[in-house]
Amino acid sequence: MISIKDVGKVFPSKQGQLKAVDGVNLEIHQGEIFGVIGYSGAGKSTLIRMLNGLELPTEGSVTVAGRVISKIRGSELRKARQEISMIFQHFNLLWSRTVSENIAFPLEIAGVTGAERQKRVNELIKLVGLEGRENAYPSQLSGGQKQRVGIARALANNPKVLLCDEATSALDPQTTDSILDLLVDINKRLGLTIVLITHEMHVIRKICHRVAVMESGRIVELGQVLDVFKNPQQSITKRFVQQVTEPEETKETIEHLLERYPYGKVVQLSFVGEAAEQPLITTLIRDFDVVVNILQGKISHTQNGSYGTLFIHLDGKAEIIQKAINYIHSQQVGVEVISNG
Amino acid sequence: MASFFEMVKWDQLWEATLETLYMTSISVFTTFILGIVLGLLLFLTDKGNLWENRSVNVIIAAFVNIFRSIPFIILIVLLIPFTKLLVGTMLGANAALPALIIGAAPFYARMVEIALREIDKGVIEASQSMGATHGRIIFKVLIPESLPALISGLTVTAISLVSFTAMAGVIGAGGLGHFAYLEGFQRNRPIVTLVATVAILILVFIIQFIGDYFTKRTDKR
Repeated sequence: MISIKDVGKVFPSKQGQLKAVDGVNLEIHQGEIFGVIGYSGAGKSTLIRMLNGLELPTEGSVTVAGRVISKIRGSELRKARQEISMIFQHFNLLWSRTVSENIAFPLEIAGVTGAERQKRVNELIKLVGLEGRENAYPSQLSGGQKQRVGIARALANNPKVLLCDEATSALDPQTTDSILDLLVDINKRLGLTIVLITHEMHVIRKICHRVAVMESGRIVELGQVLDVFKNPQQSITKRFVQQVTEPEETKETIEHLLERYPYGKVVQLSFVGEAAEQPLITTLIRDFDVVVNILQGKISHTQNGSYGTLFIHLDGKAEIIQKAINYIHSQQVGVEVISNG
Repeated sequence: MASFFEMVKWDQLWEATLETLYMTSISVFTTFILGIVLGLLLFLTDKGNLWENRSVNVIIAAFVNIFRSIPFIILIVLLIPFTKLLVGTMLGANAALPALIIGAAPFYARMVEIALREIDKGVIEASQSMGATHGRIIFKVLIPESLPALISGLTVTAISLVSFTAMAGVIGAGGLGHFAYLEGFQRNRPIVTLVATVAILILVFIIQFIGDYFTKRTDKR
């Protein structure tokens, strides 16, 4: 569906040339939710803007739905853009128009008129759950409602691809989740390919199938979301994964625990997929003569399965603890002994 | 007091008011069109915008700045040859129109430009991402989104135009300025000048009221 080949983008700046995107290759499949994560300035925004021709690559080529976006101009590009919609961090609605009129805008551009346009607007309002707000102006809506209008507007011309430029970054956590649920729903219902950029791993975890990690213009890691969570390679990826798997204060807590439990062992377990849903701890206590103390834990759900980390303290005879650890291993659960008591 | 007011020739005052209204409305309308065009060009050819073009921008900006800076009374005199060529005479309301428009349009063009700058760049980008043509962006995004500011700017411009017509009146264009000067000042009838002033004030208040009403009505922010 989307093919990015050897793409680079250089901006002229006062300090010389600024390489925003550098040698990026990506294939994004039909019906996929693909996430690009990176800190600000990593080049992800430039990358996504090249997918609808808002930026042109200085090298390489971008092909979306069979059209070489990086080559076409004028009316051909405008036609292509009707199939590649975009939603924005700050919604970018027309404040002079009502909800209905905002959603009708892309239809006006596409030349859809009269009753047909009104029918489509009504469908879209229902799809994003804004019934009753049709005649409100954007200034009368909450952030989440504004983004719903943005989504409805983006879907108006039945696009093949939806680009999300930090679409939830201006929203509170609860509203973020409801918007993400809506995106997953749209992806499943319409088979729409979604490309999103974000700096929040939570967004990637919750809805993406695959993720690319960007750092200084390059893609440093790429894979299935669950695989990346399970086994992050780069230090930047590890930091992003920690955003969701470990509560912020984990490190301090662990150090504190090691002081408090100088005997036994503190063990970090990491669960992936089905293993995360099995009653491991129960089995452990029932079958082995150990005392299990749960210190801290978190389970996250991704689109390809669950992933969790759990810190436990094991106390008992050394050989039994070892047996228990071996058992955990055999259950396809990652075990890491943090310290020996 | 009654004899005082008898000095005012009411039919002449009415006629002068109509002349002022005529000059003001034609020049406001033309200034609106010209100002929008110039303001759009100033905005669109500026750095980072749709039609970015430094030389066009510099030329229009220079034109706007020069004509905005010339005091109106001097502008009228400067434009005499041009007006004669265009209208054929220097007398009457029509002869005032070229100077009024050339004096006010650049002023309004700057206000249009400022209004357009206030539009969130993201909104223009969103329209582009939907595949809108430049024409659609201008008529469906830029103008509607800046409408309240365009209207309040036009109100200010229209009020300046009323005072411009009065100045033009003094050198023979007719209207309330002419009436106040010729019938009032020159014939030493201050009451006539006063009545003409009140008429102009009423006109200005009406313009302000209409302008404020439409500014409020179009502002959905």
